[in-house]
Amino acid sequence: MISIRSVTKTFGALTALDDVSLDIADGTFLSLVGPSGSGKSTLLDLLGGLATPTSGEVLIDGDPVRGPGLDRGVVFQQYALFPWRTARANVEFGLEGGSLGKRQRAERAREYLALVDLSGFEDRYPHELSGGMKQRVAIARSLAYDPAVLLMDEPFAALDAQTREQLQEELLRIWRRTGKTIVFITHGIDEAVYLGQRVAVLTSRPGRLKAVVDVDLGDRAGDVRSGPEFGRQRHRLWELLHDEVRKAAEHERSAAR
Amino acid sequence: MTTTTIEAPAVHTRPSEPPPKSRRFGKTLTRAVHASAAVVLFVLLWELVPRFVLDESTRTFLPPLSEDLQALWELTLDGELADHLLASVGRSAAGFAVAVAVAVPLGLLIGWYRPVARFLQPLLELARNTAALALLPVFTLLLGIGELSKVSLVVYACVWPVLLNTIAGVNTVDPLLVKAARSLGLSSPRLFRKVILPSAVPTVFTGIRMAASYSILVLVAAEMVGAKAGLGYLINTSQVNFQIQQMYAGIIAVSVLGVVVNAGFVGLERRFSTWRPKEKA
Repeated sequence: MISIRSVTKTFGALTALDDVSLDIADGTFLSLVGPSGSGKSTLLDLLGGLATPTSGEVLIDGDPVRGPGLDRGVVFQQYALFPWRTARANVEFGLEGGSLGKRQRAERAREYLALVDLSGFEDRYPHELSGGMKQRVAIARSLAYDPAVLLMDEPFAALDAQTREQLQEELLRIWRRTGKTIVFITHGIDEAVYLGQRVAVLTSRPGRLKAVVDVDLGDRAGDVRSGPEFGRQRHRLWELLHDEVRKAAEHERSAAR
Repeated sequence: MTTTTIEAPAVHTRPSEPPPKSRRFGKTLTRAVHASAAVVLFVLLWELVPRFVLDESTRTFLPPLSEDLQALWELTLDGELADHLLASVGRSAAGFAVAVAVAVPLGLLIGWYRPVARFLQPLLELARNTAALALLPVFTLLLGIGELSKVSLVVYACVWPVLLNTIAGVNTVDPLLVKAARSLGLSSPRLFRKVILPSAVPTVFTGIRMAASYSILVLVAAEMVGAKAGLGYLINTSQVNFQIQQMYAGIIAVSVLGVVVNAGFVGLERRFSTWRPKEKA
């Protein structure tokens, strides 16, 4: 269980997050949407322990987050693979320094590369892989040390539409299989609705929690995106976000002046 | 060579399917012809112009290539060339090794502590742009005319490219990779060893390759003053004694040595950075 309690984060005069409180139950897939500058990434950094809140606290299973740890895995938009390591060695990265021996690490890496459907690409370097494949490697790397929570920062934003849909489906499959808690940042409403059991909406700067919407799309089999239920959920979120996006745009215009 | 401080990334390459042998051979041949055309032309000019164009007195100072090569051959046969070559390479290698051994760790240290890097950068920039040979008289004054001052000069010339490239290599590590590693809970020492160091290796190695070239360039000039052996000495005494062919033989030896050393290091460099997408040479 992740508890975000009255968290505020400021950078100098800028307030990125303002009094955000949110509970995320174990095994939940939570999408986090908001216009640019709503502090989505800041919230993720706080969950990952890469930053500390100015006030308030982030608890995981009742213990305050005191820094990064292997109980949480982070997946970045730009993959962040180590270019001098092969796919397999990248996946092994988080396992090194742990209790596993060399052979067990290699075995684990192979297993997780298979999970993301990359068997046969173990010895490729990142520059020899497509964007979608790179992100699969990054996901495998974060899953390999078996964190309870997966934090994903717009992981599919840089991919083409087809690859994105494919990876979304696979992420749901992996989530169902592993039972991880996933916090997934996106600025795409469709993506948020398709993936999330719950969707949290953040306001434009400063980022406050505007609403948390429960999404019920059953098992999401087939072409759910064309169904009426998907459309309804999507529209509800669109309304929630619409004002915020407009406000964010005005913000940017006045800042540019 | 003392590059053992660097943890080289593991290198595995899967050779791509080779094209049919005959076609590959044809391609290689065409490329070889293209690459060497200018050199062949230069060699021809060097041979033919002194023979047919130059007047007698100029020809004495610029003999045709074949005569120079003849002299080179004789120097090789009587072992004199080997002596000079050994003397030069010994000094270059010693100075180069000391420079690398000092500059790589120092560069890593300076690069890792950013405030130190910012503080020292202007001074380093100044020192790097001071031609090493301008300091030769100073070295001679302080260290005498013997081996020590020559090797020290090589050290001086080699330190800067290695030091500056090492600092740059550490400073230009992709911050996202650092963030990713930190999100995995890596401590600073492990972050340094597993992320900063391997990511800096190619940049550091470029500095090392530049230093290897400098070590020869600078040494030859240094050997022209107060040396008793070495390629620079050979060139200089030959000129003084009016053994013009032998002088050119020495020059050719120096340039071949430079090319060989550089090619060797380019090859090594490539092996150290197979993980990089093909980019700048």
